[in-house]
Amino acid sequence: MDFRFDIIIEYAPFLLKGLLYTIGLSVGGIVLGTVLGFFIALGKMSKFKLVRIPFIWYINFFRGTPLLVQLFLVHFGLMPLLMSPTNTVISALVALSLNSAAYVAEIFRAGIQSIDKGQDEAARSLGMGSRLTMGHIIFPQAFRRMIPPLGNEFITLLKDSSLAAIIATPELMYWGRAASGQYFRVWEPYLAVAFTYLLLTLSLTYLLNYVEKRLSNK
Amino acid sequence: MIRVKNLKKSFGDVEVLKDINVQIKTKEVMVVIGPSGSGKSTFLRCLNRLEETTSGTIHIEDIDISDKKVNINSVRADIGMIFQHFNLFPHKTVLENIILAPMKVRKKSREEAEKIAYDLLRKLGLVEKAKVYPDSLSGGQKQRIAIARALAMEPKIMLFDEPTSALDPEMVGEVLAVMKGLAQDGMTMVVVTHEMGFAREVGDRVVFMDEGYIVEEACPLTLFSAPKHERTKAFLSKVL
Repeated sequence: MDFRFDIIIEYAPFLLKGLLYTIGLSVGGIVLGTVLGFFIALGKMSKFKLVRIPFIWYINFFRGTPLLVQLFLVHFGLMPLLMSPTNTVISALVALSLNSAAYVAEIFRAGIQSIDKGQDEAARSLGMGSRLTMGHIIFPQAFRRMIPPLGNEFITLLKDSSLAAIIATPELMYWGRAASGQYFRVWEPYLAVAFTYLLLTLSLTYLLNYVEKRLSNK
Repeated sequence: MIRVKNLKKSFGDVEVLKDINVQIKTKEVMVVIGPSGSGKSTFLRCLNRLEETTSGTIHIEDIDISDKKVNINSVRADIGMIFQHFNLFPHKTVLENIILAPMKVRKKSREEAEKIAYDLLRKLGLVEKAKVYPDSLSGGQKQRIAIARALAMEPKIMLFDEPTSALDPEMVGEVLAVMKGLAQDGMTMVVVTHEMGFAREVGDRVVFMDEGYIVEEACPLTLFSAPKHERTKAFLSKVL
């Protein structure tokens, strides 16, 4: 079997552009997901049951249904209500953010609840209210413990962003499919795409290990 | 200073405090002793509402802290509390541990807060530890820093919840010495402890609790040498 490098070379500019979208979607998704996830976590930890319930079901829904289904619901259902014409990049970003927010919320909740109760009591006994206690005592300690699972979530999100190809978001996988469709070849385009993802996830893993080490030395 | 009336506290179906009535005067050192599970820690934690009371009233000066409308944070700011496991903030240096609440709650400037902190550290002989993290301290040092952190708020009352129970024996003395110094300086203190020597030497009054009641209270001399109740006698015979 011959391996046609010329296909990869021809598609390189498109794959590169797709790569930028993939990075953009992943970074945007994790940032928006983290902000959203923080509030969802706080909501789920509310003292009041009625407040907790919608947040619990948000998490149940987004963790309990396939991302592909969510992507379709967002792109073909939600977004047409909000904008016209719809934009596949925005749809993908919204779906990925909503999805990762559910996972990030659980990471936040677990991190916050893993902090010893004595820390809260010590801060309270000094007259610190709940906001001061969360901001200065609980959250900074919890955040360090959240870095490894947040990193994992980021890597998962990066790979899951490939699903956006199905709704024609012009990211990495989309251009792989395009090349495959044009030349009726499987190995060249998909191996090129696979190696690009691998390069991204491995670099991210190294980066996260480095950050984790830096923080634990402190 | 502190007036507790008909205090009851239940966790679910379990009634831990059954009917506590006690008063603590300004500058008094009250030591609470009793077997484990007698409710003495719960009683102490009710005094700054770390535990919500089930019924009864607790007045700190003129404020009924069992009233839900009371701004509990400002009450707590005046009541220092020392825990069995120190509960220093591990992500902050010793100095940061001490100045945080004075700055954020008392709204002191950093300079003011640091001055208070260094004065306290000097008194405790721990100035050289100001910039280190709590991890590198011994248990005795941690507990003394915890005391400094509480004192930096210039409290009117100090609560101690078994402050030496988690310490290696050779470190108990240094913490008790600090507490004794505080008592001599006229601090109002409520101390839950198993250190009978401390109770006898420093306590103005000793309260013996068992099964959610105050069984007996007296000055240490009387309570230790001539306990009236059978349960007090039985307890003291085991620990003395």
